[in-house]
Amino acid sequence: MIIDEIRNGIVIDHIRAGGAMELYRILGLEELSCSVAIIKNAASGKMGKKDIIKIDEVIDLDLDVLGYVDPGITVNIIREGERVQKFKPDLPERVTNVIKCKNPRCITTTEQELDHIFRLTDRENRVYRCLYCDSPAKRK
Amino acid sequence: MRSLIDILDLTPAEIEGLLDTADDIIARPDAYAHLCDRKKLATLFFEPSTRTRLSFEAAMYELGGQVIGFSEASSSSASKGESVSDTVQVISCYADIIAMRHPKEGAPMVASMKASVPVINAGDGGHNHPTQTLADLCTIRRQMGRLDNLTVGFCGDLKFGRTVHSLISALSRHTGIKFVLISPDELRVPSYIRDEVLAHSTATYVETDSLEAAMPELDILYMTRVQRERFFNEADYIRLKDSYILTPDKLATAKENMAILHPLPRVNEIAVAVDNDPRACYFKQVLNGKYMRMALILMLLGIERPAK
Repeated sequence: MIIDEIRNGIVIDHIRAGGAMELYRILGLEELSCSVAIIKNAASGKMGKKDIIKIDEVIDLDLDVLGYVDPGITVNIIREGERVQKFKPDLPERVTNVIKCKNPRCITTTEQELDHIFRLTDRENRVYRCLYCDSPAKRK
Repeated sequence: MRSLIDILDLTPAEIEGLLDTADDIIARPDAYAHLCDRKKLATLFFEPSTRTRLSFEAAMYELGGQVIGFSEASSSSASKGESVSDTVQVISCYADIIAMRHPKEGAPMVASMKASVPVINAGDGGHNHPTQTLADLCTIRRQMGRLDNLTVGFCGDLKFGRTVHSLISALSRHTGIKFVLISPDELRVPSYIRDEVLAHSTATYVETDSLEAAMPELDILYMTRVQRERFFNEADYIRLKDSYILTPDKLATAKENMAILHPLPRVNEIAVAVDNDPRACYFKQVLNGKYMRMALILMLLGIERPAK
């Protein structure tokens, strides 16, 4: 399958297979007017299968979200057809309005206007806990 | 401006400072009798907790301050649907400091983010209750003279007991601590206490289901109630509630200077006959809670300890 090369934009590579749609939704890419390509189950030497997202414009990405959802991914920034930057996002110290607290006793269940904030409490095991009630985020 | 939401909001040095203040209050209460003149504490109790509310109120009165507030949600604007955020912004206009009890976990945290005065968490559901931990630490230090090099047994409901989790977290920051976690299998400490607290501390721990076997080595025995409201299943509650009852017989092998603590109220997990044992410290613990709340109110209001 051939997807057009992008001249100015972002390639999010090494997304675990099946994870692209979740990233698409969380990053709010449906709001963009430029072309966005989602490639699922691409062949990968290291991963077997992987997903890729290509965005035909250089936008401000929420790197914290990327790091939380999948710290294995690679972000490539393309300008004038050349890759000018490549990096792996780090695990963020906190994420806001990416995960919803599922604890029925948490204050966020009754006060709807509150931001859902999770903080990193165990880097080794990638554990995030609700800022308010300390419940762990449930990962897929 | 400081608030106290979680016991770990305070450094060990700050806790030692509060303990020193409490000791000083006990030694010379008159020196503290007017430090909070014209100051008001608002006790916002969205669920009833008579003993905690009275402890805060007694603490403020003994500092010369005054108290306003409510003791249940039905007598507050929460019954009309007002949010915690709005309530505390209103109360901030009336009071110098707030003590909040709320059934929802994290409500005092939300309050502290919105209030323009210090907020003390007086218990948020099954989550945190830091002033109980201050009472526990005060009792341990006054009885044993230290917070390090102790073997501390926790007995009963270690799964749902928030006071247990907070005290383990606080003591884990000291050296030479060994925890003996005594509970039935169903009520063991949650995995996050083992993985995120104990695994990152110098404290060691063992888990056992036998109170008798653990007794001889303990410096502190922290008893807890097996709470009916924490169970979804009545049959499980009835089966487990009598598992660990402390009686004078069981104390025969305990150290002479061991201290028995309990956050109260008790049901039957400590036989009344134990009350006469000099090692029973749970009513002293209540009194210490008041002194620690006094020390905390002073600290959060930025009022210095009076010169000697």
